[in-house]
Amino acid sequence: MPNLSDYPIDGKYGRFGGRFVPETLMSALIELEEAYLKAKADERFQKQLKYYLSEFAGRPTPLYYAKNLTRKLGGAKIYLKREDLAHGGAHKINNTVGQAFLAKRMGKRRVIAETGAGQHGVATAMACAALGLRAEIYMGLEDMRRQRLNVFRMELLGAKVHPVESGSKTLKDAINEALRDWVTNVQTTYYLIGSVVGPHPYPMIVRDFQSVIGYEIKEQILNKEGRPPDILIACVGGGSNAMGTFYPFLDDLDVELYGVEAAGEGIETGRHAASLCAGSEGVFHGMRTYVLQDEDGQIITTHSISAGLDYPGVGPEHSFLKEIGRAKYVAITDREAVEAFLELSRSEGIIPALEPSHALAYAMKIAPNLSRDDIIVVTLSGRGDKDVEVVARYLGVKI
Amino acid sequence: MRLIEAKFKSLERRGEGALIGYITCGDPTLNHTPVIAEALIEGGIDMLELGIPFSDPIADGPVIQRAAVRALRAGVRPTMVLEIARKISMAHPDLPIIILTYYNVVFRMGLENFFSLAKESNVSGVIVPDMTIEESSEYRAIASKYDIDTIFLAAPSTSNERIKKIIECSSGFLYLVSVFGVTGVRERLREESINLIRRASTVSNGRIPIAVGFGISKPSHIKNIIAQGADGAIVGSKIIKIIEENINNQKEMLLNLKKYIRRLKKAALKTSQP
Repeated sequence: MPNLSDYPIDGKYGRFGGRFVPETLMSALIELEEAYLKAKADERFQKQLKYYLSEFAGRPTPLYYAKNLTRKLGGAKIYLKREDLAHGGAHKINNTVGQAFLAKRMGKRRVIAETGAGQHGVATAMACAALGLRAEIYMGLEDMRRQRLNVFRMELLGAKVHPVESGSKTLKDAINEALRDWVTNVQTTYYLIGSVVGPHPYPMIVRDFQSVIGYEIKEQILNKEGRPPDILIACVGGGSNAMGTFYPFLDDLDVELYGVEAAGEGIETGRHAASLCAGSEGVFHGMRTYVLQDEDGQIITTHSISAGLDYPGVGPEHSFLKEIGRAKYVAITDREAVEAFLELSRSEGIIPALEPSHALAYAMKIAPNLSRDDIIVVTLSGRGDKDVEVVARYLGVKI
Repeated sequence: MRLIEAKFKSLERRGEGALIGYITCGDPTLNHTPVIAEALIEGGIDMLELGIPFSDPIADGPVIQRAAVRALRAGVRPTMVLEIARKISMAHPDLPIIILTYYNVVFRMGLENFFSLAKESNVSGVIVPDMTIEESSEYRAIASKYDIDTIFLAAPSTSNERIKKIIECSSGFLYLVSVFGVTGVRERLREESINLIRRASTVSNGRIPIAVGFGISKPSHIKNIIAQGADGAIVGSKIIKIIEENINNQKEMLLNLKKYIRRLKKAALKTSQP
């Protein structure tokens, strides 16, 4: 039996993952896999990456003991992995710096990316500006309207933003359009995917670059508590911050892993984005995984108050971890997430993004029933400045 | 002998390249599809490619994307497409009908279920642009059980070594994607297309017919690819464009389609080569 951290094996996580793409992209995916494995084994590459992660992206991020929240809930100790303090205000930079270096190494000067809320687009624009690469970002027209500020941020950083008007005009369509661009310009262009999704080797590459989160947690909690955590909780849209959190602990079977999806207005309403909790197996965006689809296999429109979780698929490794029972996946509604957003702001002085507010809400649900000796680590994948307007609108507050 | 192979053989004997026409089934409505198919057949297509619409067609340009949106809006479902294939094949038993769709549609129906229904509907071959040879062993095994051809694609970025592997997985014909890019009308045939046809012909060495698609819309394109050694041409986006431009005038739509296909078919006659 292989260790869980040995996956993917032949590009697969059990039966999930793989490569389902137009033939035009196959040679590029094979080339990318070879280039990545070489880079991974190259000390110089790792050193460069480490330098940028610390000096440019601000790592390591703190593991903060949420004393007030812990006291209020009266159960398990809650630690927050502060990815909100990374450059750009989210974990996205870990991946974009890594992949931008890879692009440069491969001699590709043009980088394309998709973005939903704009966080990955901004992080791509930052990394490309720092490394002297040209960035072009695909973003759904609907999302551009909702996140005007991030569109301008990307432009300030020198990126070109392409509005996507096909389909539902959101993240999934931005990925479709980026894939179409890549098919057309594959010889000169690097596609910098923002989550642990897409055809192999992307889920592996993004996970590896994000696993810095989990490795830091492992070391930090040992320094603070002298032992590993009992429970790790992270939100799951595509699932990159969760995979980055979980991966270094996959073979530590005493550590429980929880992925928290967006239940939107409630799973029973059908207006949600919970692919693992309420979806079924399918093949989408180049991978075999859980997706939200109708009975004919048409991908359906999702809903979540948090744009970063608003995606009808999920990384194939999460599908695998669910299948074998190594991680548990649960869902939190818009309402519960907003409550957690407000709670953390007031009790800890930290405004979290709406995405990790889902993870927090789940921690707040289970912590009171656990012992005071139990340790929960919640990955706070981003800060909430971008969501202030959305939350005000949700609460009916005029700002 | 399977229908597609027989068709290529008889065309070759007559000195003709094959003209393969693509439509998205149910565009703009399900009722249109049989009459549009009739017009294409009357115009002179040798095989019909019938698309089952998918919500996220990543290999398609804007024209075929819009066709998929119209068809899905019209409520088209995969089983309805197969039913239409059956009806067309009853009227035209010698016309190979090829289903084109994305893998999730097939996966969702279940491979066994999809291919057995396709067989009942007299479908001759299946093209799934996001099915790679690496993922295809079960797909091919079940297709072969039902005597249905699995048509794979090769692209300008595909190495000769890989073209060889793709040919080993293919039956019916080898589909050459003529350009870097998605489906859609293009002005001129590019160098990369000519190179690919030459490479694939050399690798194939007559083992399997070769048809070229993506960006093929003009008689001159077809003349050129046939002259380079291809056995057939696949035309899609331009047909959809004609449907789209005449969406409210069915008479005009069918007339224009017939005229267009006639011109293309003429260009596919090898005797017309300069």
